Amino acid sequence: MKIGFYPGCSLTGSSREYNESVVAVAKALEIDLVELKDWNCCGATAAHSMNEELSLSLPARIMALAEEQGLKEIVVPCAACYNRLKVTQHELEDQPKRNRVAEILQMPYKGDLKIINVLQLLEAYGTENIKARITQPFAHKVACYYGCLLVRPHAILKFDRVEDPQSMDALIQVIGGTTMDWAFKTECCGGGFSVSRTDLVVKLSGNILKDASDRGAEALIVACPMCQSNLDMRRGAINKTLDSPIDIPVIYITQAIGLALGIGAKELGLKRHFVTVEL
Amino acid sequence: MDKKHKVSDLQSHTGVEVMRCYQCGKCTAGCVLASDMNYPPSYLMRLLQTGTKENYDKILHSNSIWLCLNCENCLGRCPMEIDIPKMMDYLRTRSISENKMHPDSKPIIAFHRSFLDSIKHTGRLYEVGLIAAFKSRTFRFAQDLNIAPMMYLKGKLHLLPEKIKDRRHMKRIFAQTIENAKTETK
Repeated sequence: MKIGFYPGCSLTGSSREYNESVVAVAKALEIDLVELKDWNCCGATAAHSMNEELSLSLPARIMALAEEQGLKEIVVPCAACYNRLKVTQHELEDQPKRNRVAEILQMPYKGDLKIINVLQLLEAYGTENIKARITQPFAHKVACYYGCLLVRPHAILKFDRVEDPQSMDALIQVIGGTTMDWAFKTECCGGGFSVSRTDLVVKLSGNILKDASDRGAEALIVACPMCQSNLDMRRGAINKTLDSPIDIPVIYITQAIGLALGIGAKELGLKRHFVTVEL
Repeated sequence: MDKKHKVSDLQSHTGVEVMRCYQCGKCTAGCVLASDMNYPPSYLMRLLQTGTKENYDKILHSNSIWLCLNCENCLGRCPMEIDIPKMMDYLRTRSISENKMHPDSKPIIAFHRSFLDSIKHTGRLYEVGLIAAFKSRTFRFAQDLNIAPMMYLKGKLHLLPEKIKDRRHMKRIFAQTIENAKTETK
């Protein structure tokens, strides 16, 4: 299986363990990831909050590059990048917007690139194929946390159920884990306010952690670098606001799968988390 | 009528028809930051429905448009599928161009500008540069000094930026969009 790969900025920096685990799992499953050449940032929240044309042009350059490099399909592990690319592709179905963006970019853009997230990649690979390669079942009770950008807006992403998504839960069950019903599956962690309004992130992420912990989760499983960093790197500040500190780790779905496939903790980047991972 | 035209601009630009809102309040009930906002989302919809300049300005001056995280929960639950997040993006750009930003917007805009500066110059986000620029814009020099060394030890911080090859293309994109007043959201 061969597929284009857009890592995005977080995966090269503060969330490099996500990149490491995606690459390690892909290698173990013999999925050939072809990294997009000369990719740029998707613009994230900053671009769409400040200027619409910029927020469309940055993801459009990424998609135009993929088309130019002959890629038909790309996997985008970062939920924020995935969301920006999908939303932009949808917005550019509008001809005047598409013409304007083509004029800005000076690049041809067809708009037929298939964009998938990491859960879809694993689903497409096949849960039976994953099951066949398990060496160490992931025997843990966990809370799957999807956050916002992986599932909303549903009309555009058309991925999973908007209020109670199940795709990550299904993958965890495939590798031997137990998932749970809980109240904060798709609530916002505070996203891009990590630096500008840390107080709000602490409040929102604290609510998420508390519910998962109260229901007996041994870990939270995520597929978004912003969710992971808010729930993990901000844990010190979050714990200061709670009656009793919460010490459950927050790991990426690819790290959980990697463990089940027998890949080492170091290779999966599990040593890079702030909250110690002992699973 | 002049007082109506700002709302009709909003409608024509975002496709949001404010009159479709029947004030059920699901957006506000599901908004994680409604309690921190001057006006929660359903109240903001009602202000827009009045069509007055006074109420429109109240919105542009409010912290609501800046605290909106674009988590899209409101849109996900709206029985009329009103795209409030898209409207928020538009209202933010209007608030900036009319210079009506709420004081709460300061750190948020400082972050966005620092973020975009980084991309403009290198094509990718340079997190160390972003934080340095944010601190110099906000004078919050002591912020996060406790987590930065840990991030470095965990290998999460690049000391040097990653640069794309075609940086001229990035500069062109910025020059044609955010730096070009003519293309600014009207």
